[in-house]
Amino acid sequence: MKQSFRLQGLDCANCAARLERALNKLDGVAHASVNFLAQRLSLEAEDARWEGVLRDAKALVKKLEPDVTVA
Amino acid sequence: MTRKQRKELLRIALGLALFAAGWCVPGAWLGGWAARAVFAAAYALAGWDVLWASCRNILRGEVFDENFLMAVASLGAMALGDFAEGAAVMLFYQVGEWFQAYAVGRTRGSIAALMDIRPDFATVLRAGQPLRLDPEAVRVGETLLVRPGERVPLDGTILKGESTLDTAALTGESLPRPVRPGDQAPSGCINLSGLLEIRVDRHYGDSTVARILRLVEEAAERKARTEAFITRFARVYTPFVCGAALLLALLPPLLLGGAWGDWVYRALTFLVISCPCALVISVPLSFFGGIGAASRRGVLLKGSNALETLAHVRAVVFDKTGTLTQGAFAVTQTLPAPGFGRDALLDLAAHAESASTHPLAKAVAAAAPGPVDPAAVTDLREHAGRGVSATVKGRAVLAGNAALLHDNAIPAPTLGDLPGTAILLAVDGAYAGAILLQDRPKPDAKAAIDALRRAGVRQTVMLTGDNAPAARAVAQTLGLDAWHAGLLPADKVAHVERLLAETRAADPKARLAFVGDGINDAPVLARADLGVAMGALGSDAAIEAADAVIMDDRPAKLADAIAIARGTLAIAWQNIVFAIGVKAAILLLGALGLANLWMAVFADVGVAFLAILNAIRALALPRR
Repeated sequence: MKQSFRLQGLDCANCAARLERALNKLDGVAHASVNFLAQRLSLEAEDARWEGVLRDAKALVKKLEPDVTVA
Repeated sequence: MTRKQRKELLRIALGLALFAAGWCVPGAWLGGWAARAVFAAAYALAGWDVLWASCRNILRGEVFDENFLMAVASLGAMALGDFAEGAAVMLFYQVGEWFQAYAVGRTRGSIAALMDIRPDFATVLRAGQPLRLDPEAVRVGETLLVRPGERVPLDGTILKGESTLDTAALTGESLPRPVRPGDQAPSGCINLSGLLEIRVDRHYGDSTVARILRLVEEAAERKARTEAFITRFARVYTPFVCGAALLLALLPPLLLGGAWGDWVYRALTFLVISCPCALVISVPLSFFGGIGAASRRGVLLKGSNALETLAHVRAVVFDKTGTLTQGAFAVTQTLPAPGFGRDALLDLAAHAESASTHPLAKAVAAAAPGPVDPAAVTDLREHAGRGVSATVKGRAVLAGNAALLHDNAIPAPTLGDLPGTAILLAVDGAYAGAILLQDRPKPDAKAAIDALRRAGVRQTVMLTGDNAPAARAVAQTLGLDAWHAGLLPADKVAHVERLLAETRAADPKARLAFVGDGINDAPVLARADLGVAMGALGSDAAIEAADAVIMDDRPAKLADAIAIARGTLAIAWQNIVFAIGVKAAILLLGALGLANLWMAVFADVGVAFLAILNAIRALALPRR
């Protein structure tokens, strides 16, 4: 499953790159891509684990970039 | 400017004012501590958030965070006794960050506006009453009401009303398109003049608007190789510079007996320029701007990798029908036998073919001198694969191919290798002449080929399933380098594979683009380095398979897109060379003790700012 999210408040390019690296290392994530300019996150993971991976990914974003909200 | 940005600006302005005040405080007051206190206040005001963020990041184990590095550099400078410099480093860092955020926000906003074709609402007629609904809630078959100035919310067919549509947001075409009942109204167009009633043909999710928006969103995922390079570079750059700073601070004093303060200061200049921000922002921003510029011209690119490939296109392969040609037949020549005139020939043929819906019949009717009188046609018979026979105004007429005349034992001259398709006519048992029809090149096809050649494309090739004479005529008119006719879809793939190998052999960096109208082209579109689908207003398969989409049906747009891609890549590389060059120079000067923190701050935020300004130029491409 693959879904695209808006990252509200993402205002630093290097943070976006860091976030992308961290998300790609997250267990269960097949592919994560953060586009700083489009302020978008695209997340891909197995269907069976989707809910859990999504929760972990959101928690990771919150931890790394407290000012960013995933919508 | 957002509220947050206004607040930040105010904070920076107050910090700068305090900083200026610090210089006005006489240096002798309280043994110099009065001035230091003012600088420290300026520092705290400007940099508390950086300090706070760096504390937070240390707790998380993020050492190479730019907040942390900036905090160490500025606090280090203050520890070495220069409070003014410490405050200045922080202030200018913040000024730079603010400008970055502002410039990027503005650019993002202007590109987003460019791509903002999302309809806010749809006015639906239900039980005769206009109802304002979310476009997603509208069902297929319902009737929409679109007033002048409003956006067509869903794809549909016009039922009532005449108007002109502004399709610029979709196609980049600035000339409004006149529409009448029966015409298609693609969603995303703006109704300019008259009230329109439109029958909904597609649900919102399948509408042109939704498809384009999906495309634009997905473009975010496909990054160019240049971008990937920058990401990799940034990843090693910061740890490398920080490590070098540590060595610079420790080794010379320990091994060579250098002064600690001097070498620590040199190390601090390293920390200030340790953020690869200029690169990390400006390169993707250039690509983003380039994609925006292309979409304004009606060329949608599925990501910056497509933009990058486009810049290296040296060979372009075209499909013929519908891509280089109009995909509609027109009478190009008449060859009347003695005793017949051009008009008589066309008139007889038009009557004989009046019942046919074949494209050839329509073209003949369009070329005929007058309207067809159905009452004048009797005994009409179709001969499958051959043509028709009929009695027209009392004369026995045969219209069709050579086989039809042969079947009726009518001797006909061999026409030879003429371009296009011929309709042969016989009247009252004798050959009367031939009508030649051809699919004509699009008006801008020749200009498109010329522009591509000027843009450095070395080879233009046409592939077609059509017959050789028709292909040759088009290829010669347009001045193509090569053409191959009579191909099946699988043959097209084979040809593209051969051309790919040839292109690579000539220049390993060169890329091949295939341009097709998306019908039966999906395998070739996927096989080429860059698949370009044309006339995509309405073709789903093309949008799926292609890397780039020309929204209207003008092949000349490809050369525009190549120019934009080249310009964008040039800008991206200017930024890479400029940013890395300045940073390397400052690192060297810093290590030699020739650069101070002020210069280092410029190398960090100043370079980022200039690189961003440069990147924004991509949005204005192509330059004339």
